[in-house]
Amino acid sequence: MGTRECQHICGESSPAIGEAGKTGEWRNSFPKIDRERCLLAKQSKPSCFLCWLYCPDAVISKTIPVEINLEYCKGCGICAQVCPAGAITMVFEHEAGADKKD
Amino acid sequence: MNKKIAKKSNIRILDGNQAAALGAKLSRVQVIAAYPITPQSPVTEKLSEFVERGELDAQYIAVESEHSALAVCVSASMVGARTFTATSAHGLAYMHEMLHWAAGARLPLVMACVNRAMGAPWNILNDQQDSISQRDTGWIQIYARNNQEIIDSVIQAYKIAESIYVPVMVCYDGFILSHTEMPVDIPAQEDVDKFLPPYKPHTVLDPANPRNYNLVTLANPRVNSEGVLCHGYMELRYLLQEALQNSKETMIKVGQEFGQLFGRNYANMCWEHRLDDADVVIVAMGSLAMEATVAADMLRKAGHKVGVLGLRVFRPFPKTEVVKVLKNSCLVVVFDKNISYGLEGATCSEIKAALYGSPVRAAIRNFIVGLGGRDIKARELVDAVNRSLLSMKEGDLNKESPEWICDI
Repeated sequence: MGTRECQHICGESSPAIGEAGKTGEWRNSFPKIDRERCLLAKQSKPSCFLCWLYCPDAVISKTIPVEINLEYCKGCGICAQVCPAGAITMVFEHEAGADKKD
Repeated sequence: MNKKIAKKSNIRILDGNQAAALGAKLSRVQVIAAYPITPQSPVTEKLSEFVERGELDAQYIAVESEHSALAVCVSASMVGARTFTATSAHGLAYMHEMLHWAAGARLPLVMACVNRAMGAPWNILNDQQDSISQRDTGWIQIYARNNQEIIDSVIQAYKIAESIYVPVMVCYDGFILSHTEMPVDIPAQEDVDKFLPPYKPHTVLDPANPRNYNLVTLANPRVNSEGVLCHGYMELRYLLQEALQNSKETMIKVGQEFGQLFGRNYANMCWEHRLDDADVVIVAMGSLAMEATVAADMLRKAGHKVGVLGLRVFRPFPKTEVVKVLKNSCLVVVFDKNISYGLEGATCSEIKAALYGSPVRAAIRNFIVGLGGRDIKARELVDAVNRSLLSMKEGDLNKESPEWICDI
Protein backbone atom coordinates (compact mmCIF):
# COMPACT_ATOMS: atom_id res chain seq x y z
CA MET A 1 0.00 0.00 0.00
CA GLY A 2 1.51 3.30 -1.05
CA THR A 3 -0.27 5.57 1.41
CA ARG A 4 0.74 4.06 4.75
CA GLU A 5 2.05 7.43 6.00
CA CYS A 6 -1.62 8.18 6.78
CA GLN A 7 -2.18 6.86 10.32
CA HIS A 8 -5.97 6.95 10.31
CA ILE A 9 -8.09 3.81 10.36
CA CYS A 10 -11.31 5.67 9.54
CA GLY A 11 -12.14 8.74 7.48
CA GLU A 12 -10.70 11.65 9.46
CA SER A 13 -9.36 15.18 8.97
CA SER A 14 -9.19 18.66 10.48
CA PRO A 15 -11.92 21.07 9.36
CA ALA A 16 -10.32 23.17 6.58
CA ILE A 17 -11.27 24.65 3.24
CA GLY A 18 -11.11 21.96 0.60
CA GLU A 19 -11.15 18.92 2.92
CA ALA A 20 -13.70 17.24 0.66
CA GLY A 21 -11.52 17.89 -2.38
CA LYS A 22 -12.00 20.49 -5.11
CA THR A 23 -15.78 20.21 -5.20
CA GLY A 24 -15.88 22.55 -8.21
CA GLU A 25 -14.93 19.47 -10.23
CA TRP A 26 -18.42 18.05 -9.55
CA ARG A 27 -20.07 20.88 -11.47
CA ASN A 28 -21.66 20.62 -14.90
CA SER A 29 -22.79 24.24 -15.13
CA PHE A 30 -21.47 27.40 -13.49
CA PRO A 31 -23.10 30.69 -12.39
CA LYS A 32 -22.32 33.66 -14.64
CA ILE A 33 -23.02 37.12 -13.20
CA ASP A 34 -24.15 40.01 -15.38
CA ARG A 35 -22.66 42.99 -13.50
CA GLU A 36 -24.93 45.37 -15.44
CA ARG A 37 -27.97 43.86 -13.74
CA CYS A 38 -26.56 42.95 -10.26
CA LEU A 39 -28.15 45.37 -7.72
CA LEU A 40 -25.02 45.46 -5.59
CA ALA A 41 -22.76 46.23 -8.50
CA LYS A 42 -25.15 48.88 -9.84
CA GLN A 43 -25.68 50.64 -6.47
CA SER A 44 -22.14 50.13 -5.18
CA LYS A 45 -23.38 49.84 -1.58
CA PRO A 46 -24.22 46.89 0.73
CA SER A 47 -27.77 45.88 -0.15
CA CYS A 48 -29.08 42.65 -1.68
CA PHE A 49 -26.50 39.86 -0.92
CA LEU A 50 -29.19 37.17 -1.43
CA CYS A 51 -26.77 35.01 -3.45
CA TRP A 52 -24.25 35.17 -0.60
CA LEU A 53 -26.98 34.37 1.92
CA TYR A 54 -28.42 31.35 0.09
CA CYS A 55 -25.24 29.74 -1.23
CA PRO A 56 -25.17 26.34 0.59
CA ASP A 57 -21.42 26.01 0.13
CA ALA A 58 -20.44 29.54 1.22
CA VAL A 59 -18.42 30.10 -1.93
CA ILE A 60 -19.86 33.58 -2.63
CA SER A 61 -18.01 36.44 -0.94
CA LYS A 62 -19.80 39.29 0.87
CA THR A 63 -18.01 41.90 -1.16
CA ILE A 64 -18.97 44.51 -3.76
CA PRO A 65 -19.06 43.09 -6.29
CA VAL A 66 -19.53 39.49 -5.01
CA GLU A 67 -16.97 36.91 -6.12
CA ILE A 68 -17.85 33.26 -6.69
CA ASN A 69 -15.08 30.76 -5.89
CA LEU A 70 -15.37 28.34 -8.78
CA GLU A 71 -12.84 25.93 -7.23
CA TYR A 72 -15.59 24.88 -4.79
CA CYS A 73 -18.86 26.01 -6.44
CA LYS A 74 -20.75 22.76 -7.22
CA GLY A 75 -23.05 24.51 -9.69
CA CYS A 76 -26.31 23.92 -7.77
CA GLY A 77 -27.87 27.08 -9.27
CA ILE A 78 -29.56 28.34 -6.07
CA CYS A 79 -27.90 31.77 -6.50
CA ALA A 80 -29.43 32.07 -9.98
CA GLN A 81 -32.85 31.12 -8.58
CA VAL A 82 -32.81 33.64 -5.71
CA CYS A 83 -31.30 36.63 -7.59
CA PRO A 84 -34.17 39.21 -7.70
CA ALA A 85 -32.59 40.99 -10.67
CA GLY A 86 -32.06 37.90 -12.83
CA ALA A 87 -28.39 38.80 -12.98
CA ILE A 88 -27.09 35.21 -12.59
CA THR A 89 -27.49 32.60 -15.31
CA MET A 90 -26.25 29.03 -15.23
CA VAL A 91 -23.99 28.18 -18.18
CA PHE A 92 -23.07 24.62 -19.11
CA GLU A 93 -19.36 23.96 -18.69
CA HIS A 94 -19.02 22.57 -22.21
CA GLU A 95 -20.66 25.69 -23.65
CA ALA A 96 -18.39 28.04 -21.71
CA GLY A 97 -15.76 29.77 -23.78
CA ALA A 98 -12.76 31.77 -22.67
CA ASP A 99 -15.12 34.20 -20.90
CA LYS A 100 -15.87 31.65 -18.13
CA LYS A 101 -14.56 33.72 -15.22
CA ASP A 102 -16.42 36.95 -16.09
CA MET B 1 -8.67 -26.07 36.72
CA ASN B 2 -6.38 -25.20 39.62
CA LYS B 3 -7.62 -24.93 43.20
CA LYS B 4 -7.15 -21.19 43.47
CA ILE B 5 -9.58 -20.62 40.62
CA ALA B 6 -12.02 -23.28 41.79
CA LYS B 7 -12.26 -21.62 45.21
CA LYS B 8 -13.22 -18.32 43.65
CA SER B 9 -16.00 -19.77 41.49
CA ASN B 10 -19.43 -18.24 41.92
CA ILE B 11 -21.87 -20.55 40.19
CA ARG B 12 -25.44 -19.36 39.64
CA ILE B 13 -28.31 -20.70 37.55
CA LEU B 14 -28.78 -18.24 34.68
CA ASP B 15 -30.53 -18.14 31.35
CA GLY B 16 -28.61 -16.90 28.31
CA ASN B 17 -30.09 -13.41 28.37
CA GLN B 18 -29.14 -12.93 32.03
CA ALA B 19 -25.64 -14.16 31.20
CA ALA B 20 -25.32 -11.60 28.38
CA ALA B 21 -26.62 -8.73 30.54
CA LEU B 22 -24.29 -9.71 33.37
CA GLY B 23 -21.36 -9.90 30.95
CA ALA B 24 -22.07 -6.31 29.85
CA LYS B 25 -22.41 -5.17 33.49
CA LEU B 26 -19.12 -6.81 34.50
CA SER B 27 -17.47 -5.12 31.50
CA ARG B 28 -18.59 -1.79 33.02
CA VAL B 29 -20.38 -0.57 29.90
CA GLN B 30 -21.06 3.17 29.99
CA VAL B 31 -23.80 3.57 27.38
CA ILE B 32 -26.56 1.08 26.54
CA ALA B 33 -29.06 1.70 23.77
CA ALA B 34 -31.35 -1.12 22.77
CA TYR B 35 -34.89 -1.72 21.59
CA PRO B 36 -36.78 -4.75 22.90
CA ILE B 37 -37.56 -7.66 20.57
CA THR B 38 -38.30 -11.30 21.32
CA PRO B 39 -36.23 -13.25 22.35
CA GLN B 40 -33.74 -10.50 23.28
CA SER B 41 -36.09 -8.39 25.48
CA PRO B 42 -34.95 -9.74 28.87
CA VAL B 43 -31.40 -8.52 28.12
CA THR B 44 -32.61 -4.92 27.87
CA GLU B 45 -34.90 -5.34 30.90
CA LYS B 46 -32.11 -6.72 33.04
CA LEU B 47 -29.68 -3.95 32.02
CA SER B 48 -32.21 -1.19 32.69
CA GLU B 49 -32.77 -2.72 36.15
CA PHE B 50 -29.03 -2.63 36.84
CA VAL B 51 -28.92 1.05 35.85
CA GLU B 52 -32.10 2.00 37.77
CA ARG B 53 -30.91 0.27 40.94
CA GLY B 54 -27.58 2.10 40.69
CA GLU B 55 -25.64 -1.17 40.32
CA LEU B 56 -24.29 -0.09 36.94
CA ASP B 57 -22.98 3.42 36.31
CA ALA B 58 -24.23 3.73 32.74
CA GLN B 59 -26.57 5.79 30.59
CA TYR B 60 -29.51 3.69 29.43
CA ILE B 61 -30.80 5.52 26.37
CA ALA B 62 -34.36 4.68 25.33
CA VAL B 63 -34.78 4.78 21.55
CA GLU B 64 -37.62 4.29 19.09
CA SER B 65 -35.96 1.69 16.87
CA GLU B 66 -33.00 -0.60 16.44
CA HIS B 67 -31.55 1.67 13.77
CA SER B 68 -31.46 4.48 16.34
CA ALA B 69 -30.16 2.13 19.04
CA LEU B 70 -27.08 1.33 17.01
CA ALA B 71 -26.73 4.96 15.87
CA VAL B 72 -26.63 5.99 19.56
CA CYS B 73 -23.99 3.34 20.26
CA VAL B 74 -21.93 4.53 17.27
CA SER B 75 -21.99 8.13 18.52
CA ALA B 76 -21.30 7.20 22.13
CA SER B 77 -18.41 4.95 21.17
CA MET B 78 -16.98 7.68 18.98
CA VAL B 79 -16.73 10.07 21.93
CA GLY B 80 -15.11 7.46 24.14
CA ALA B 81 -17.85 5.45 25.90
CA ARG B 82 -17.88 1.66 26.12
CA THR B 83 -21.24 0.73 24.62
CA PHE B 84 -23.51 -2.28 24.45
CA THR B 85 -26.61 -3.21 22.52
CA ALA B 86 -28.60 -6.37 21.92
CA THR B 87 -31.13 -7.43 19.31
CA SER B 88 -32.63 -10.26 17.28
CA ALA B 89 -33.85 -11.00 13.74
CA HIS B 90 -35.85 -8.05 12.36
CA GLY B 91 -34.15 -5.71 14.80
CA LEU B 92 -30.76 -6.77 13.49
CA ALA B 93 -31.97 -6.38 9.91
CA TYR B 94 -33.19 -2.89 10.77
CA MET B 95 -29.67 -2.11 12.10
CA HIS B 96 -28.08 -3.22 8.83
CA GLU B 97 -27.01 0.23 7.66
CA MET B 98 -25.50 1.13 11.04
CA LEU B 99 -23.71 -2.25 11.22
CA HIS B 100 -21.70 -1.17 8.17
CA TRP B 101 -21.21 2.26 9.72
CA ALA B 102 -19.90 0.91 13.04
CA ALA B 103 -17.38 -1.35 11.33
CA GLY B 104 -16.37 1.27 8.74
CA ALA B 105 -15.82 3.86 11.49
CA ARG B 106 -13.79 1.17 13.35
CA LEU B 107 -15.79 1.47 16.57
CA PRO B 108 -15.35 -1.31 19.14
CA LEU B 109 -19.05 -1.91 19.87
CA VAL B 110 -20.23 -5.17 21.35
CA MET B 111 -23.66 -6.57 20.58
CA ALA B 112 -25.56 -9.60 21.76
CA CYS B 113 -27.47 -11.11 18.85
CA VAL B 114 -30.09 -13.55 20.10
CA ASN B 115 -30.57 -15.67 16.99
CA ARG B 116 -34.15 -15.76 15.69
CA ALA B 117 -35.77 -16.61 12.36
CA MET B 118 -36.55 -13.90 9.80
CA GLY B 119 -40.06 -13.28 8.42
CA ALA B 120 -42.07 -13.62 6.27
CA PRO B 121 -43.92 -15.52 7.61
CA TRP B 122 -43.64 -14.22 11.17
CA ASN B 123 -41.75 -16.52 13.48
CA ILE B 124 -40.14 -15.69 16.80
CA LEU B 125 -38.24 -18.94 17.27
CA ASN B 126 -34.62 -19.83 16.67
CA ASP B 127 -32.43 -20.20 13.63
CA GLN B 128 -29.26 -18.36 12.57
CA GLN B 129 -30.52 -16.67 9.40
CA ASP B 130 -30.46 -13.21 11.05
CA SER B 131 -26.77 -12.97 11.92
CA ILE B 132 -25.61 -15.01 8.91
CA SER B 133 -27.36 -12.42 6.73
CA GLN B 134 -25.08 -9.77 8.33
CA ARG B 135 -21.93 -11.73 7.55
CA ASP B 136 -20.39 -9.10 5.26
CA THR B 137 -20.81 -6.01 7.45
CA GLY B 138 -17.27 -6.20 8.88
CA TRP B 139 -18.21 -7.40 12.37
CA ILE B 140 -16.49 -10.26 14.16
CA GLN B 141 -19.07 -12.99 14.86
CA ILE B 142 -18.78 -15.35 17.84
CA TYR B 143 -21.36 -18.14 18.34
CA ALA B 144 -21.79 -19.33 21.93
CA ARG B 145 -22.65 -22.97 22.58
CA ASN B 146 -23.92 -22.52 26.15
CA ASN B 147 -24.66 -19.76 28.69
CA GLN B 148 -21.15 -19.88 30.18
CA GLU B 149 -19.76 -19.06 26.76
CA ILE B 150 -22.19 -16.15 26.46
CA ILE B 151 -20.96 -14.30 29.57
CA ASP B 152 -17.32 -15.18 28.85
CA SER B 153 -17.60 -14.12 25.19
CA VAL B 154 -19.17 -10.73 25.99
CA ILE B 155 -16.30 -9.88 28.37
CA GLN B 156 -13.66 -11.08 25.89
CA ALA B 157 -15.46 -9.27 23.05
CA TYR B 158 -14.67 -5.88 24.60
CA LYS B 159 -11.00 -6.71 24.91
CA ILE B 160 -10.85 -7.99 21.32
CA ALA B 161 -12.88 -5.09 19.88
CA GLU B 162 -10.94 -2.41 21.74
CA SER B 163 -7.55 -3.92 20.80
CA ILE B 164 -8.15 -3.86 17.06
CA TYR B 165 -11.08 -1.42 16.70
CA VAL B 166 -13.50 -3.87 15.13
CA PRO B 167 -17.05 -4.40 16.48
CA VAL B 168 -17.99 -7.83 17.82
CA MET B 169 -21.33 -9.63 17.67
CA VAL B 170 -21.85 -12.34 20.28
CA CYS B 171 -24.54 -14.64 18.85
CA TYR B 172 -26.53 -17.22 20.80
CA ASP B 173 -29.58 -19.28 19.96
CA GLY B 174 -32.95 -17.75 20.85
CA PHE B 175 -34.91 -19.68 23.50
CA ILE B 176 -32.60 -22.72 23.31
CA LEU B 177 -29.99 -20.64 25.18
CA SER B 178 -31.65 -17.26 25.78
CA HIS B 179 -34.52 -18.70 27.86
CA THR B 180 -32.94 -21.90 29.17
CA GLU B 181 -31.31 -21.87 32.58
CA MET B 182 -28.06 -23.64 33.30
CA PRO B 183 -25.18 -23.28 35.76
CA VAL B 184 -22.90 -20.34 34.95
CA ASP B 185 -19.70 -19.45 36.78
CA ILE B 186 -19.85 -15.66 37.16
CA PRO B 187 -16.46 -13.95 37.01
CA ALA B 188 -15.61 -11.67 39.94
CA GLN B 189 -15.75 -7.93 39.20
CA GLU B 190 -12.18 -7.34 40.40
CA ASP B 191 -10.89 -10.05 38.05
CA VAL B 192 -12.79 -8.60 35.10
CA ASP B 193 -11.33 -5.18 35.98
CA LYS B 194 -7.86 -6.74 35.89
CA PHE B 195 -8.60 -8.40 32.55
CA LEU B 196 -10.27 -5.48 30.80
CA PRO B 197 -8.49 -2.10 30.79
CA PRO B 198 -10.51 1.10 30.19
CA TYR B 199 -11.49 1.84 26.59
CA LYS B 200 -9.06 4.07 24.69
CA PRO B 201 -10.89 5.55 21.69
CA HIS B 202 -9.04 6.28 18.45
CA THR B 203 -11.52 9.08 17.84
CA VAL B 204 -11.74 12.03 20.24
CA LEU B 205 -14.33 14.77 20.57
CA ASP B 206 -12.46 17.90 21.67
CA PRO B 207 -13.83 21.38 20.91
CA ALA B 208 -10.30 22.78 21.18
CA ASN B 209 -9.16 20.45 18.41
CA PRO B 210 -12.14 19.89 16.12
CA ARG B 211 -11.99 16.93 13.73
CA ASN B 212 -14.08 15.70 10.81
CA TYR B 213 -14.91 12.00 11.14
CA ASN B 214 -16.02 9.75 8.30
CA LEU B 215 -16.56 12.68 5.98
CA VAL B 216 -16.96 12.26 2.23
CA THR B 217 -13.93 10.16 1.31
CA LEU B 218 -13.24 9.92 -2.37
CA ALA B 219 -12.01 6.84 -4.15
CA ASN B 220 -8.38 7.89 -4.44
CA PRO B 221 -5.90 8.93 -1.73
CA ARG B 222 -5.72 12.71 -1.40
CA VAL B 223 -3.40 15.24 0.25
CA ASN B 224 -5.23 16.95 3.11
CA SER B 225 -4.86 20.52 4.40
CA GLU B 226 -1.94 19.43 6.61
CA GLY B 227 -0.07 18.05 3.59
CA VAL B 228 -0.54 14.38 4.56
CA LEU B 229 -1.48 11.93 1.84
CA CYS B 230 -4.73 10.50 3.30
CA HIS B 231 -6.30 7.14 2.55
CA GLY B 232 -9.01 7.00 -0.06
CA TYR B 233 -12.17 4.94 0.46
CA MET B 234 -10.59 1.77 -0.85
CA GLU B 235 -7.52 2.00 1.41
CA LEU B 236 -9.85 2.26 4.43
CA ARG B 237 -11.75 -0.84 3.24
CA TYR B 238 -8.42 -2.68 2.86
CA LEU B 239 -7.48 -1.77 6.45
CA LEU B 240 -10.79 -3.16 7.77
CA GLN B 241 -10.24 -6.44 5.91
CA GLU B 242 -6.63 -6.54 7.18
CA ALA B 243 -7.90 -6.01 10.74
CA LEU B 244 -10.38 -8.90 10.40
CA GLN B 245 -7.75 -11.15 8.78
CA ASN B 246 -5.30 -10.48 11.61
CA SER B 247 -7.92 -10.55 14.39
CA LYS B 248 -7.46 -14.30 14.91
CA GLU B 249 -4.15 -13.71 16.66
CA THR B 250 -5.77 -11.18 19.03
CA MET B 251 -8.75 -13.45 19.71
CA ILE B 252 -6.48 -16.35 20.64
CA LYS B 253 -4.29 -14.14 22.85
CA VAL B 254 -7.32 -12.69 24.61
CA GLY B 255 -8.80 -16.20 25.00
CA GLN B 256 -5.55 -17.37 26.60
CA GLU B 257 -5.42 -14.45 29.03
CA PHE B 258 -9.04 -15.09 29.95
CA GLY B 259 -8.18 -18.73 30.62
CA GLN B 260 -5.30 -17.78 32.93
CA LEU B 261 -7.54 -15.52 35.03
CA PHE B 262 -10.81 -17.45 35.00
CA GLY B 263 -9.80 -21.06 34.31
CA ARG B 264 -11.79 -21.37 31.09
CA ASN B 265 -9.53 -21.29 28.05
CA TYR B 266 -10.73 -19.76 24.77
CA ALA B 267 -7.43 -19.89 22.88
CA ASN B 268 -9.15 -21.37 19.83
CA MET B 269 -11.40 -20.39 16.96
CA CYS B 270 -13.30 -23.67 17.05
CA TRP B 271 -13.73 -26.43 19.60
CA GLU B 272 -13.52 -30.19 19.22
CA HIS B 273 -15.37 -33.20 20.57
CA ARG B 274 -13.83 -36.70 20.22
CA LEU B 275 -11.93 -35.76 17.07
CA ASP B 276 -8.64 -37.55 17.80
CA ASP B 277 -9.33 -40.71 15.78
CA ALA B 278 -12.49 -39.52 13.98
CA ASP B 279 -12.88 -40.12 10.26
CA VAL B 280 -16.42 -38.70 10.23
CA VAL B 281 -16.72 -35.11 11.41
CA ILE B 282 -19.94 -33.24 12.17
CA VAL B 283 -19.65 -29.44 11.78
CA ALA B 284 -22.12 -26.99 13.35
CA MET B 285 -22.35 -23.69 15.24
CA GLY B 286 -23.89 -22.68 18.56
CA SER B 287 -26.23 -24.92 20.55
CA LEU B 288 -26.69 -27.18 17.50
CA ALA B 289 -23.04 -28.22 17.84
CA MET B 290 -23.76 -29.26 21.45
CA GLU B 291 -26.65 -31.42 20.19
CA ALA B 292 -24.18 -32.85 17.67
CA THR B 293 -21.91 -34.05 20.51
CA VAL B 294 -24.78 -36.22 21.75
CA ALA B 295 -25.25 -37.56 18.21
CA ALA B 296 -21.51 -38.26 17.91
CA ASP B 297 -21.55 -40.23 21.16
CA MET B 298 -24.52 -42.28 19.90
CA LEU B 299 -22.72 -42.97 16.61
CA ARG B 300 -19.57 -43.96 18.54
CA LYS B 301 -21.63 -46.55 20.43
CA ALA B 302 -22.75 -47.93 17.07
CA GLY B 303 -19.09 -48.34 16.09
CA HIS B 304 -18.47 -45.26 13.92
CA LYS B 305 -15.50 -42.99 14.56
CA VAL B 306 -17.38 -39.71 14.77
CA GLY B 307 -16.36 -36.37 16.26
CA VAL B 308 -17.64 -32.80 16.26
CA LEU B 309 -16.07 -29.56 15.07
CA GLY B 310 -17.88 -26.66 16.75
CA LEU B 311 -17.34 -23.35 14.97
CA ARG B 312 -17.00 -20.77 17.75
CA VAL B 313 -15.99 -17.95 15.42
CA PHE B 314 -17.62 -17.47 12.01
CA ARG B 315 -15.91 -14.16 11.12
CA PRO B 316 -12.97 -14.16 10.80
CA PHE B 317 -13.46 -17.64 9.36
CA PRO B 318 -10.87 -20.06 10.80
CA LYS B 319 -9.68 -21.57 7.50
CA THR B 320 -6.35 -23.00 8.67
CA GLU B 321 -7.85 -24.49 11.85
CA VAL B 322 -10.63 -26.15 9.85
CA VAL B 323 -8.15 -27.71 7.42
CA LYS B 324 -6.02 -28.95 10.32
CA VAL B 325 -8.96 -30.48 12.17
CA LEU B 326 -10.42 -32.13 9.06
CA LYS B 327 -7.13 -33.50 7.70
CA ASN B 328 -7.88 -37.15 8.57
CA SER B 329 -11.59 -37.10 7.79
CA CYS B 330 -13.22 -39.00 4.96
CA LEU B 331 -16.72 -37.59 5.56
CA VAL B 332 -17.72 -34.14 6.76
CA VAL B 333 -21.39 -33.56 7.61
CA VAL B 334 -22.27 -29.88 7.95
CA PHE B 335 -25.51 -28.90 9.69
CA ASP B 336 -26.72 -25.38 8.98
CA LYS B 337 -29.47 -23.42 10.76
CA ASN B 338 -29.49 -21.02 7.84
CA ILE B 339 -29.81 -21.17 4.09
CA SER B 340 -28.04 -19.09 1.46
CA TYR B 341 -30.91 -19.35 -1.00
CA GLY B 342 -29.91 -20.77 -4.37
CA LEU B 343 -26.79 -22.47 -2.99
CA GLU B 344 -26.53 -24.19 0.39
CA GLY B 345 -25.97 -23.52 4.11
CA ALA B 346 -23.50 -20.73 4.74
CA THR B 347 -21.13 -22.70 6.98
CA CYS B 348 -21.00 -25.52 4.44
CA SER B 349 -19.82 -23.08 1.74
CA GLU B 350 -17.13 -21.80 4.10
CA ILE B 351 -15.93 -25.31 4.95
CA LYS B 352 -15.68 -26.16 1.25
CA ALA B 353 -13.84 -22.91 0.52
CA ALA B 354 -11.39 -23.62 3.36
CA LEU B 355 -10.64 -27.08 1.99
CA TYR B 356 -9.96 -25.92 -1.57
CA GLY B 357 -6.27 -26.33 -2.32
CA SER B 358 -5.70 -28.47 0.79
CA PRO B 359 -4.88 -32.18 0.64
CA VAL B 360 -8.21 -33.06 2.36
CA ARG B 361 -10.41 -35.09 0.00
CA ALA B 362 -13.34 -35.79 2.31
CA ALA B 363 -16.87 -36.17 1.01
CA ILE B 364 -19.05 -33.29 2.20
CA ARG B 365 -22.76 -33.45 2.97
CA ASN B 366 -24.91 -30.47 3.99
CA PHE B 367 -28.17 -30.58 5.91
CA ILE B 368 -30.45 -27.61 6.50
CA VAL B 369 -32.08 -28.04 9.91
CA GLY B 370 -33.97 -26.26 12.66
CA LEU B 371 -35.28 -23.27 10.68
CA GLY B 372 -37.89 -21.21 12.51
CA GLY B 373 -37.36 -23.17 15.71
CA ARG B 374 -38.02 -26.59 14.12
CA ASP B 375 -36.88 -29.04 16.76
CA ILE B 376 -33.81 -31.03 15.78
CA LYS B 377 -32.95 -34.01 17.93
CA ALA B 378 -29.70 -35.92 18.27
CA ARG B 379 -31.30 -39.01 16.72
CA GLU B 380 -32.18 -36.98 13.60
CA LEU B 381 -28.54 -35.89 13.36
CA VAL B 382 -27.55 -39.56 13.74
CA ASP B 383 -29.92 -40.51 10.88
CA ALA B 384 -28.45 -37.78 8.70
CA VAL B 385 -24.89 -39.01 9.34
CA ASN B 386 -25.94 -42.62 8.64
CA ARG B 387 -27.59 -41.55 5.36
CA SER B 388 -24.43 -39.64 4.44
CA LEU B 389 -22.27 -42.71 5.15
CA LEU B 390 -24.49 -44.80 2.84
CA SER B 391 -24.44 -42.18 0.09
CA MET B 392 -20.63 -42.05 0.21
CA LYS B 393 -20.63 -45.45 -1.46
CA GLU B 394 -21.87 -43.71 -4.62
CA GLY B 395 -18.48 -42.01 -4.71
CA ASP B 396 -19.85 -38.45 -4.76
CA LEU B 397 -17.55 -36.04 -2.94
CA ASN B 398 -20.13 -33.32 -3.18
CA LYS B 399 -23.88 -33.14 -3.71
CA GLU B 400 -25.51 -30.60 -5.99
CA SER B 401 -27.87 -29.34 -3.27
CA PRO B 402 -28.21 -29.59 0.49
CA GLU B 403 -30.73 -31.98 2.06
CA TRP B 404 -33.44 -30.54 4.30
CA ILE B 405 -34.57 -32.25 7.45
CA CYS B 406 -38.27 -31.40 7.15
CA ASP B 407 -41.43 -32.97 5.71
CA ILE B 408 -40.95 -32.08 2.02
